[in-house]
Amino acid sequence: MNTTITSLLPSRCIRTALIAALLALSSSSPALFALAGLAASLPAHATGVPTATAMDARAVWQSECGGCHIAYTPGLLPRRSWQALMGSLDRHFGTDASLDPATSATILAYLETQSRDTASRTADAAPLRITELAWFRREHRRAAEGTRSGPARSLSDCTACHRGAAAGVFEEEDEDEGARSEGRHGHHWENHE
Amino acid sequence: MRSILMAMSLAGLATSAGATDPAALLAEFQAEAVRADPGFGGFSAVRGAAFFSQPHGGDWQCTSCHTDQPIQSGRHAVTGKAIAPLAPAANPQRFTDAAKVAKWFRRNCRDVLDRECTAAEKGDVLTYLRSLAP
Repeated sequence: MNTTITSLLPSRCIRTALIAALLALSSSSPALFALAGLAASLPAHATGVPTATAMDARAVWQSECGGCHIAYTPGLLPRRSWQALMGSLDRHFGTDASLDPATSATILAYLETQSRDTASRTADAAPLRITELAWFRREHRRAAEGTRSGPARSLSDCTACHRGAAAGVFEEEDEDEGARSEGRHGHHWENHE
Repeated sequence: MRSILMAMSLAGLATSAGATDPAALLAEFQAEAVRADPGFGGFSAVRGAAFFSQPHGGDWQCTSCHTDQPIQSGRHAVTGKAIAPLAPAANPQRFTDAAKVAKWFRRNCRDVLDRECTAAEKGDVLTYLRSLAP
């Protein structure tokens, strides 16, 4: 069953879900939209020292996005990706992760301030899976090939190997990908792809 | 305009993020179930247990993540993240936040049944969970 659920959601489905989410949003009440807009406008004022609002937004992000998995560091994806992900939460990699519009807008605004858009990315690329990014595949080559043993249930299970992942710290074990001895944990990667 | 929006925002918080408890939720589900069916005869822990553990046509059922012993911790079927026990006897925080309850019933019922649950179904499940003792 795991394999079915975690197999990659075809992009067609994501597109359909996105459209469905947009339709759902457009049919919600104007008041909610207005509230969402208000919430979205608040963190944008944060510059330099975090304001109380920005800290609240971070807490909301941490709590909501960290409910089913670790709250993935916003800098792992460009802004467009977060916009696409937050626009299709009702079909979030095979599960319903829908939020009320105000909470969703608060989180998206936070993600947008923290996302990482690099010059090397093409202008309209909006990757949805961190585990499919070229640098991620490179740095987790053996895990992605299923030729490495480890405690992780899937490539998205960052904390299994990166103990500081939930706090956005990945550095300490980056070199482990090649160095860690096979069979050390007695489990094998389940490569769901 | 802004003050009106703020007032609406606060009103929304008051109603959707309110503290509650399992008994109050059951009373709400009961009222809603009676509105949907004036002949509604009350909740059943046995029905709730069956609903909780049976397949509903999709890949997942409640037990996929919450296990068939929801008095104990579960585990997310995909991510593996630990899920605290659902039964209030093991986890007093459960069913004390109305917005959280609404959010998770909405999400999980769509995942499991491909639709939202009825008040009768939610009441049965909560009645079942309340019947569990450590």
